[in-house]
Amino acid sequence: MEETELQNELASIRSIMERSSKFISLSGLSGILAGIYALIGAGVVYKLLENANADPYFFINGVRAKLPDHKMPAFSRYIIDTTLIWELVAVGIIVLLASVITAVLLSSRQAKRKGQPMWGSVSRSLLFNMITPLLAGCALIFILLFWGHYSFITFYVNLIVPVMLIFYGLALVSASNFTFGEVKYLGLLEIVLGLVCACLPGYGLNLLFWAFGFGVLHIIYGALMYFKYDK
Amino acid sequence: MSIAFDKLDDAFEHRVRLQIMSVLAANERYDFNSLKDLLGITDGNLASHLKALEKEEYIVVHKSFLGRKPNTNYEATEKGKKAFKDHLNTLEQLIKQQKLS
Repeated sequence: MEETELQNELASIRSIMERSSKFISLSGLSGILAGIYALIGAGVVYKLLENANADPYFFINGVRAKLPDHKMPAFSRYIIDTTLIWELVAVGIIVLLASVITAVLLSSRQAKRKGQPMWGSVSRSLLFNMITPLLAGCALIFILLFWGHYSFITFYVNLIVPVMLIFYGLALVSASNFTFGEVKYLGLLEIVLGLVCACLPGYGLNLLFWAFGFGVLHIIYGALMYFKYDK
Repeated sequence: MSIAFDKLDDAFEHRVRLQIMSVLAANERYDFNSLKDLLGITDGNLASHLKALEKEEYIVVHKSFLGRKPNTNYEATEKGKKAFKDHLNTLEQLIKQQKLS
């Protein structure tokens, strides 16, 4: 055997070990787009809160009511305004769906190019490890919404954004064993961001933290991955 | 200096067999269909190489059912993992040797 032949052999072993255990077709471009969707979503939420705040009337369980003091901060308001709650939940779900669909479409294109099956044992493990913390987080968010709504205690609602960031970070850390190692650092950053956000309740900074964690961080991370692996 | 050459494992003479062992070294278990997709070879070809590795006792087969579909998983044995590691070490030595000369 020639030297180059031996080296090819070793290179092919390394590549097959990586391809068999890690989903290397995760698209960086989809990270950038997910970040952009999140920033648009944050903008829409900001507008909704602002509009709601300008209106002294609101709906509580379908009944029109007037706020005694309509200068009540937008953030505490949305725990009692049921229409607003569902609007905010809808924005969140739309951003999530758009990001997931983009990631699946772009990654399957990438998978075709890299000769890796899109739906194989690796992507299955990746999905399972990611979806477990995410579902737990989702359930907790609905529990917090429920408690906030029925107890009128803002504390519960102020925990929603930290919970989103922390559980999403945990999902990334656990998924990182099955894809690029860099995903782990993004996950750790999201967790730290969530904890910091939880330390600053009632400052009305939650939306800002959300936009930074899901918008800015995704764009930076996606751009780094795009230049490193997408080519 | 050509001592290293006969240390190369004959069982890994075929590239496919070495690739199968690479996959089973990196993963606890791997199923037949995923293996087929990953290596991009035919059923018959993969099956014959798997049989050869099984005969060497480098891998073990786990058969189960997912609903009604049979699901065949493969796992590397300790013997197989050691043989794979030795083979890699030998390849590495060969490269070093050729760089020296």
